[in-house]
Amino acid sequence: MGPIGENEFFFLMQGLKWTVLLAIVGFIGGGIFGILIALLRTSKTKVARRITAGYIGVFQGTPLLMQLFVVYYGVALLGIEVNAWIAVAIAFTLHASAFLGEIWRGSIEAVPKGQTEAANALGLHYVSRMKDVILPQALKISMPATIGFLVQLIKGTSLAAIVGFIELTRAGQIISNQTYRPLLVFGIVGAIYFIICWPLSHAGSGLEKRMAKAAR
Amino acid sequence: MLNSAKDQPTLISLEDVQKWYGAFHALKSISLSVRKGEKIVLCGPSGSGKSTLIRCINALETIEEGKIVVEGQVLDGSTKSIDAIRREVGMVFQSFNLFPHMTVLQNCTLAPMRVRGTSHTDAERLARKYLERVRILDQAEKYPAQLSGGQQQRVAIARALCMEPKVMLFDEPTSALDPEMVKEVLDTMIGLARDGMTMICVTHEMGFARQVADRVIFMASGEIVEEAEPEVFFKSPKHQRTKTFLGEILAHH
Repeated sequence: MGPIGENEFFFLMQGLKWTVLLAIVGFIGGGIFGILIALLRTSKTKVARRITAGYIGVFQGTPLLMQLFVVYYGVALLGIEVNAWIAVAIAFTLHASAFLGEIWRGSIEAVPKGQTEAANALGLHYVSRMKDVILPQALKISMPATIGFLVQLIKGTSLAAIVGFIELTRAGQIISNQTYRPLLVFGIVGAIYFIICWPLSHAGSGLEKRMAKAAR
Repeated sequence: MLNSAKDQPTLISLEDVQKWYGAFHALKSISLSVRKGEKIVLCGPSGSGKSTLIRCINALETIEEGKIVVEGQVLDGSTKSIDAIRREVGMVFQSFNLFPHMTVLQNCTLAPMRVRGTSHTDAERLARKYLERVRILDQAEKYPAQLSGGQQQRVAIARALCMEPKVMLFDEPTSALDPEMVKEVLDTMIGLARDGMTMICVTHEMGFARQVADRVIFMASGEIVEEAEPEVFFKSPKHQRTKTFLGEILAHH
């Protein structure tokens, strides 16, 4: 058995860097497209609602691992050469946009109908009605679920290991293979995930409680 | 009657308006014309179509048949006609519907800035003017949730006034209020009426109807049953349904 020293720890931190970066890219990309999905999903156009419903269905109904595979090899099949980074960023963006889109669709619909009516009666158009009136309230309503999904996404980035990414979990595996101390190594890896995810979950449920109180 | 609206031009006209919700005939051949400066009180049992009627005027509800004209603009379902009409028609709702994430001032400045393109400075000036008028300027920086129901409804009135509408529609503005707050809202509405605003109010406040209405319209089952000046309406209603309704509602007041 080998020791776990500075070098090994540094290696894990390198892995953590990729985990965090992947989660951020997925969350930002997914956030931007997710808003679009949510708006189309709640639009008046039936076709737009149908298409986005299908999109959400596909990404919620298949494993993230498979989505990573399909995008990684699928993009290569199209004859476009992209590095693993871009392929994985695309896959996480697609995945996150479907989930966030569905979460935000629900929150848009949870904003009381009177808000839309008041905006309409004042003559506000769609863009202002959404941007100024509905979305700020919807995003607030969605905060607990959105944070919950972010936590899922952070943990889900470990699947990027499958296409050759050395993120936190994969880095742990490598160190474990070198040192023959799987329990210790994965204990540390688990603790690192926990340190990141737990405060987020905690903040999420705190928000939920505060909102429940405000709604009373 | 506060001032005579008899010689004024017609501002709103409804001709033979029909509305269905599925198989339910919500509005049956409604014809109504409102002159500039007129104050109309609409009353009737719940489900009689009075709210639906005023919500059709600013296209919050669509109609199946008939014609609605506001200030010469025919409401034909096009975005252009809806926009034009909503610019002239303000509305106050039973449940206030203030934007909870905005301050009182922001609630009032949003529409003038977005719809009329008013500058921020001018929109604030306008908002302060109307908040002053509904006597709530001192609360301008607060959020709706920090205000009482009566105060919120007065803000909602100011918010509608900021678009400087030619007509104000009131959809049961005092029904969601605690009794002690009804008066402050009614007083604000009476003030508006005195200043010559054209108003259509769905309300059961018969004292208000007596005081300001030029005409009281009684609706039941989607039809206009009776229509008269308040004196006549309250003293000698013609129809049995009106008598029954008045009997019930006045017993409570």
